[in-house]
Amino acid sequence: MTTDRQPDGVVLTPEQSKSRRQRNIAIGLAVGFLVLLFYAVTIVKVGPGVLNRPL
Amino acid sequence: MAFIDESRAPGLAAISAASPGDYLALLKPRVMSLVIFTALTGLLFAPRHINPVIGFASLLAIAVGAGAAGALNMWYDADIDAVMRRTRRRPIPTGRVTPREALAFGLTLAIFAVLTLGLVANLLAAALLAFTIFFYVVIYTMWLKRSTPQNIVIGGAAGALPPVVAYAAASGNVSLVALILFAIIFVWTPPHFWALALVRSAEYERAGIPMMPNVKGAGRTRLEILIYSIVLALVGVLPFVCGLASPLYGALSVVLGAVFIGLALNVYRVRSGEGADTCAMRLFGFSILYLFLLFAELLGERLLALAAGS
Repeated sequence: MTTDRQPDGVVLTPEQSKSRRQRNIAIGLAVGFLVLLFYAVTIVKVGPGVLNRPL
Repeated sequence: MAFIDESRAPGLAAISAASPGDYLALLKPRVMSLVIFTALTGLLFAPRHINPVIGFASLLAIAVGAGAAGALNMWYDADIDAVMRRTRRRPIPTGRVTPREALAFGLTLAIFAVLTLGLVANLLAAALLAFTIFFYVVIYTMWLKRSTPQNIVIGGAAGALPPVVAYAAASGNVSLVALILFAIIFVWTPPHFWALALVRSAEYERAGIPMMPNVKGAGRTRLEILIYSIVLALVGVLPFVCGLASPLYGALSVVLGAVFIGLALNVYRVRSGEGADTCAMRLFGFSILYLFLLFAELLGERLLALAAGS
């Protein structure tokens, strides 16, 4: 037997879905940029010393 | 625990429809661009050459810190913004971003920016950035803005600090050079905002903000604009007098300072009719150009000097 059930929880409007997707993309780009920035800063701060350690 | 706050609209889930652009607007991007510009000047005037990656990360942290202060300002001032023509289209008054979202966004970015500057540059710069944000949000926005006509005079310190923060990020200390850059922006702020306040005094009155024209009257405001303009013209020449800039900067600052005083004199003389508003808006527009040209000349000269290896 099949029933015509409404989906549980909140159903987003197209506008809400679109803006959420845009926000997620923006957050993803910002986090990716910060990863690159902190990597570059770490390399600059540590410098060649990153390889200078006892084996 | 409820994952969705329904307190504001019972039965309707409060799902945000804010775009990334709305969050960007919370950061006051035009103010941020001025902060980056003046901070870059402070950064390059530091005696120690900073690594470009560290310099870029420091500038970014300062800009984000300034943006966070802007977001916290919009959170606190949403009631005022809603009744003023210039600000009523901001994300909170239009309902695109809730005050709680703006508060969380501003606090997160403020803490993140200060920590980043501390890790990337040094603790002094991070402490100065934290002080700048605190001063703008708590001292200016929450206290002075609604309580005294000297609000933008004292609050102007927050807008003048970015070059000092950047100088500290590069050098680890604060010197006369940084304080001169601070002084130029600090003295520039009152005539800049009061020129606008003269034209928009009715709006400020309606919003209940005690700006100088509403409290002390337009005549007193015009006199103070003139006095600050004269002081600004003198302070603007200081980089040349102290040997930080070339005679070309000296000549430019004298000419621009004279024009600034001339426009302030017009504001002082023309007191009624459309001409009065025109004079005030002319001074307001020129004040932006004045600050931009002075710092552009300083920045250009410093870049040339660095390129020449001095």
